[in-house]
Amino acid sequence: MTSGKARLKSLPFGVGANSVGVEPVFLQSELRGKKLVLSARGDWVAAHANEIEPQVESALKKQTRVDQIEIDASKVKRVDTIGAWLIERLKRNWESGGAKAAIVGLDPRYKVLLDEVAASNRQPPVPPKRETPLADTLAYIGMSAAESWVDLKALMQFLGHVMVAAGRVLMRPWSFRFTSVVNQIDRVGFRAVPIIVLIMFLIGAILAQQGIFHFRRFGAETYVVDMVGILVLREVGVLIVSIMIAGRSGSAYTAELGSMKMREEIDALRVMGFDPVEVLILPRLIALIIAMPLLTFIGSMSGLFGGGLVTWLYGGMPPEVFIERLRDAISRSTFEVGMIKAPFMAFVIGLIACVEGLRVAGSAESLGEHTTASVVKAIFLVIVLDGLFAIFFAGIDM
Amino acid sequence: MAPAQENVISVRNLRVGFGQRDVLKDLDLDLKRGEILGFVGASGSGKSVLARTILGLLPKRAGTIEAFGRNLDQVGEEERQAIERRWGVLFQGGALFSSLTVRQNIQFTLRENLHMSQRLMDEIAAAKLEMVGLPPDTGAKLPAELSGGMVKRAALARSLALDPEIVFLDEPTSGLDPISAGDFDDLILALQQTLGLTVFMVTHDLDSLHTVCDRVAALSNGKVIAVGPIESLLESKDPWLQAYFHGKRGRSRMSGKKK
Repeated sequence: MTSGKARLKSLPFGVGANSVGVEPVFLQSELRGKKLVLSARGDWVAAHANEIEPQVESALKKQTRVDQIEIDASKVKRVDTIGAWLIERLKRNWESGGAKAAIVGLDPRYKVLLDEVAASNRQPPVPPKRETPLADTLAYIGMSAAESWVDLKALMQFLGHVMVAAGRVLMRPWSFRFTSVVNQIDRVGFRAVPIIVLIMFLIGAILAQQGIFHFRRFGAETYVVDMVGILVLREVGVLIVSIMIAGRSGSAYTAELGSMKMREEIDALRVMGFDPVEVLILPRLIALIIAMPLLTFIGSMSGLFGGGLVTWLYGGMPPEVFIERLRDAISRSTFEVGMIKAPFMAFVIGLIACVEGLRVAGSAESLGEHTTASVVKAIFLVIVLDGLFAIFFAGIDM
Repeated sequence: MAPAQENVISVRNLRVGFGQRDVLKDLDLDLKRGEILGFVGASGSGKSVLARTILGLLPKRAGTIEAFGRNLDQVGEEERQAIERRWGVLFQGGALFSSLTVRQNIQFTLRENLHMSQRLMDEIAAAKLEMVGLPPDTGAKLPAELSGGMVKRAALARSLALDPEIVFLDEPTSGLDPISAGDFDDLILALQQTLGLTVFMVTHDLDSLHTVCDRVAALSNGKVIAVGPIESLLESKDPWLQAYFHGKRGRSRMSGKKK
């Protein structure tokens, strides 16, 4: 066998011995009268642990009726913690069988290490609790149900907190953080414009293309204008923008607040006598509530433009005709329905994002978990809210 | 303890900088096998920068770094990894993987580098925990559930998982109460004797410097201005060293010692 050091240098750990054809012998047992002599040799180090361990185990299996064992370590070149532990395991197993075991010939510089290792693992390891898959699943369902109740309570509590903070700001308008709101509007509103414009343009174009393609069979191509107009202004515009904002800004809010929570910045604000909700969350919510209708408006216009362009180029309808038909197809209320929904969507997205951000606990994993939860819950609630609005507007004939 | 003369790490003419500014200028430093080298310097003087540069986390602008007699610029990927397995690092904040339990943290390098049975890994993890003075049930806990001192110990156990020859400790006793810090010093000393470790320790703890370090190196203006046993640094006429060791805190330490 080559020296351990050279192998460590030239080969990655653990690969060495397996790729060599002959298994090196680390442990040999020999019966001398009534005494069993186990002679260890080579490098008892981490790199060879996968070869040494089976040899130790097979030596233990051959346990014969002897009451004296000698572990001869005089040919051992190097020992590290893992090697020392394997020697100790060998000794301990024989001793538990009632035999007397002694280690001889070990390089004295390893004595401290062996003593140290001999003191460890004295207590039996605590076996981890194992549950049946069925019980696991049931427990998981139960916990998720309980969790959603906790979620709802947390959301309501937080809503109350935000209301109180908003009330306080109304009483003392000079304490309103105007700069912060403007900064947030820039981040969640202004910088989101390009992506919203692009996406809504594509959505409008796709709607128009599909409409023309299918309506053409009935000779009803002109109704494409009605469809694109109503759908974009009433439903799709605000919905797509909400989903984009939940993914783009909601997740950013959660991650920001979450990492501030992790680094105790929020606690720092609190002990300085500031209300984190007032300082951090209110400006973010207000910024989102202001930015969202604006983005919805821009997005809807972009969607109509995309639809118009496709009806012209693909459907062969001149732009003047498109605009003329659009004027007939939609009313002011169509536009209003979409715009009224926008601030509510913004509020829900912001609220979820902030509540999840503040629930982040110490670890990086928790941050990821809550950021995901923030986006998923926000999109879910936005769609639920949209359904409720549809019922409401149908009820009031709008 | 008389340190052996073999250099496990030697740094020559090292220059490291950010932007316009050079933090380390023509720095020379040797780490001898088996010693505990304390590394001191003002906050922001580049102590951690040196450690991070040796570890390959920061690029250097000039100079050479040799580890175990090999120039780190000239080694290939595989040899570099083999060298990296021969040192362990204790980061200032512990840097335990927050999604793994303490036991899994310790077993991480074992699992990735060696083919070992789960049983052996569990036993090794338990032995390492014992060595750093943590109770066995700590193994099942997540890092977020540990106190500051326990995090440092757990992180030390992780850095020792592969039985490295060198450990880098970045302010190991910062943030610990004096008793825990003292215990930690004892622990480092005990481990150094047990495992034959070479220790590179960035520290501000005057007690650590006095009790555990064989040699102390002082960094000022990007250079090592003095290196040697603590006594020789105490006698130095350099104004910064004077202020460091004979300032208010240094004096109280000295007078405490004389009593």
